[in-house]
Amino acid sequence: MLYREAGQFKSSYGEDQQIFPIRQDRIAIALLLVVAFVVVPLVGNQYWLSALITPFLIFALAALGLNILTGYAGQLSLGTAAFMAVGAFMAYNFVLRMPWLGVIPSFVLAGLCAALVGVVFGLPSLRIKGFYLAVATLACQFFVLWVIQRWGWITNNSASGVITAQTITLFGYPLTSPAAKYLFTLSVVVVLALAAKNLMRSETGRAFMAVRDMDVAASVIGIPMMKTKLLAFAISSFYCGVAGALYAYTYLGTVEPEAFTLDLSFRVLFMIIIGGVGPILGSFLGAAFITLFPILLNLATSGVSHALGIEVPHAMVSNLELIVFGSLIIFFLIVEPSGLARLWQITKEKLRLWPFPH
Amino acid sequence: MDIVFFFEVLTGGLLAGVMYSLVALGFVLIYKASGVFNFAQGAMVFFAALTFVSLVERGMNSWVALVVTLVVMIVLGVVTERVVLRPLVNQPQITLFMATIGLTFVLEGLSQLVWGSQPHNLEVGIPDVPIVWLTEKWNVSISQFDIFAALVAGALVAVLALFFQKTRIGRALRAVADDHQAALAVGIPLQHIWAIVWAVAGGVALVAGLLWGARNGVQFALTFLALKALPVLLIGGFESIPGAILGGLIIGASEKLAEVYFGPMVGGGIESWFAYVMALLFLLVRPEGLFGEKHIDRV
Amino acid sequence: MSGARRIGEVVLSVQDVSLAFGGVRALQEVSFDVREHEVRAIIGPNGAGKSSMLNVLNGVYHPQKGKIRFKEKEFAEMDSHQAAAMGIARTFQNIALFKGMTVLDNLMTGRNLKMRCNFLQQALWLGPAKREEMENRRAVEEIIDFLEIQHIRKTPVGRLPYGLQKRVELGRALAAEPRLLLLDEPMAGMNLEEKQDMCRFVLDVNDHYGTTLVLIEHDMGVVMDISDRVVVLDYGRKIADGTPDEVRGNQKVIDAYLGVAH
Repeated sequence: MLYREAGQFKSSYGEDQQIFPIRQDRIAIALLLVVAFVVVPLVGNQYWLSALITPFLIFALAALGLNILTGYAGQLSLGTAAFMAVGAFMAYNFVLRMPWLGVIPSFVLAGLCAALVGVVFGLPSLRIKGFYLAVATLACQFFVLWVIQRWGWITNNSASGVITAQTITLFGYPLTSPAAKYLFTLSVVVVLALAAKNLMRSETGRAFMAVRDMDVAASVIGIPMMKTKLLAFAISSFYCGVAGALYAYTYLGTVEPEAFTLDLSFRVLFMIIIGGVGPILGSFLGAAFITLFPILLNLATSGVSHALGIEVPHAMVSNLELIVFGSLIIFFLIVEPSGLARLWQITKEKLRLWPFPH
Repeated sequence: MDIVFFFEVLTGGLLAGVMYSLVALGFVLIYKASGVFNFAQGAMVFFAALTFVSLVERGMNSWVALVVTLVVMIVLGVVTERVVLRPLVNQPQITLFMATIGLTFVLEGLSQLVWGSQPHNLEVGIPDVPIVWLTEKWNVSISQFDIFAALVAGALVAVLALFFQKTRIGRALRAVADDHQAALAVGIPLQHIWAIVWAVAGGVALVAGLLWGARNGVQFALTFLALKALPVLLIGGFESIPGAILGGLIIGASEKLAEVYFGPMVGGGIESWFAYVMALLFLLVRPEGLFGEKHIDRV
Repeated sequence: MSGARRIGEVVLSVQDVSLAFGGVRALQEVSFDVREHEVRAIIGPNGAGKSSMLNVLNGVYHPQKGKIRFKEKEFAEMDSHQAAAMGIARTFQNIALFKGMTVLDNLMTGRNLKMRCNFLQQALWLGPAKREEMENRRAVEEIIDFLEIQHIRKTPVGRLPYGLQKRVELGRALAAEPRLLLLDEPMAGMNLEEKQDMCRFVLDVNDHYGTTLVLIEHDMGVVMDISDRVVVLDYGRKIADGTPDEVRGNQKVIDAYLGVAH
């Protein structure tokens, strides 16, 4: 009854192709943005902001990057963490060695470095596909991590390979408080998410999907394979690189190469599996789920241990986490391979009919 | 260049390669029969080794423990087939692959939940010492254990190869690997076949687990073996048993050689990525691996 | 057939093209030409090499010998990408649509060569990218109207019945505004009504857009009805070339189809 499209006619192609064609959606998004930008920083608990919401945004961005490559262009990648690492460490170097650049150009350059690495390791995709490509991205993951650990210049010759992110200033205003970091991250993520959505609904997005669905046919109708695949790698790695830079500067603070292992790549992959199709929605839902989940599990087990009076060892909790994660992946793949985003779509479709059954 | 030293390193590498092949073999089996790339193979190796070691440590006789673990692995295989594979029968390969990633996590968590997470030592009775007469005669030191492992792996491969080529079940397995629907159409009981395959792969995982565990200790790092087996598969092709062997040898040898001769020049630690980069370069020349099947895109 | 259509000069000329796959000789010294605005059919028994011929014209296969002249340019072999850029579009026997995308998106991919904006402009969306998108959308909507598929424009292609998928594929080929359209068995697997619809569309394409058509078809009735000239292939060789009537009476053609040993 509330969620009806009746009466909303589109009188131009522009209106038909906008991101939120239904007016109720537009209102909802506007409200969400207002809450996110204004209400949360004012009202939000510092701890939640820095430990939960900011990393959620960062991972959503990384998931977005992976979604572009894997979900849209169909190139399975297990090297996400490596690209994030490049972004993080290169951002550090830019800020360290060229402080006159400013935060945003430094991050952009760091992203471009990640994009370059992405293109190099994406070159094999022109010859190999499917798992073979996934394994090739593993090569990227291990190699990049090794380089970062061994190449002194990258870590400014720090003995243990650990770097400390400097305080960044935006237009002269230092970003030290959780709220400030949160707003910065939020802005970056929103801008990049919008850009991603625009890209995916235009020719680039279609070219990606064409290459994913049937690349031989795509090249026959004139879509340039090499350019398209490499562009997918470049854009995806750029997003992951920026996410990595944010990860270092607005969340971690002290960064070591070990923060960017294969494990992280898998996490992001799980986000897009659980989150599902749709670059924006899927990435955000998946990131939210994976970020929230350990907290929920912790709460649940401590609740249980209080109720039953037994002490649940920490190791057991992390093992339980693994088991439940794994089972959830399998569950989602069986029940709803298109992930939470599809479930959301189904809910919306039901909402459109509500209160009628069909 | 000291030729004897080179020979030692080479042999060491080859023998390590044989061990890689063992793990790769598990992959190939499952892929050949069900088209599923079982990322959980490494976790299976870990689980098998951990179960065996824990049972022995709790006082069970080694041989009994072996049998019990084998049974456990078979059960695991059957359960996996039922719970994970059957619901996903016609899904694209990527989906099945990701399901096995999920399975990996479940197995890792389960293993440590049930048996704890401290590393264990595993004794198979063959010490990891150089063969005495070789050292005396040619001043070359090659571990007894490595030879033993190579022999075991060789025997296993021979048995499996025979199984696939000569028996009726082997033929059915190959049919299933080729085309599920066609196999169903000629009356091959798909589910039974898959259960068999996963069980056999479980057995292979057990052997690999025992050998690797004896060599490096049974600890969580064992799960990363799966990852090491991947370059082997890339080179050997995903569907070929001889490919897994050859690939393993190539990877093992080149990795060891690179580590010893090339590593010190760039700061060491290159074994974390060398195998992969090698496999990658190899793939660029031969996208289907040494023995893999050429994939022809028809429009 | 519309008499208002004028058949023009030779626009495509195939000269002594030979194609072999290992030991299999798919085409042997085949030569024929195609005139502008005409409907040219390629027929022949199974395995005669018809699809291979089309694949050569399209740049998917590269002939070992022979030349192709299209639009005043001569090629020994060309890339499928070049073919697309030169205005050759085609449909496929087994439908090569992008199953994950909607009908509208599939048709829009057909226009990819006309889109000039780079990805940065697209990311921004305002201005040139949006305008370009709208223009191309308008062009595609004309084709949607033409092929009467308005009601399924937002449906993912994978969900459509076979006949409609073939129509969408035709639409995608048309979206590229080709000068030469290659149709590989456009009526295959269709019932009578679907065939009639498809025939109508194919003829309309020829009338309305003036596109030169080369089509492979097994249904003799269709071929005789709609084509201007016919080429007959058998075992990779051309055995007849002429108007439908001429070809129908040709003894060699009859023998080839009836399987008389030769």
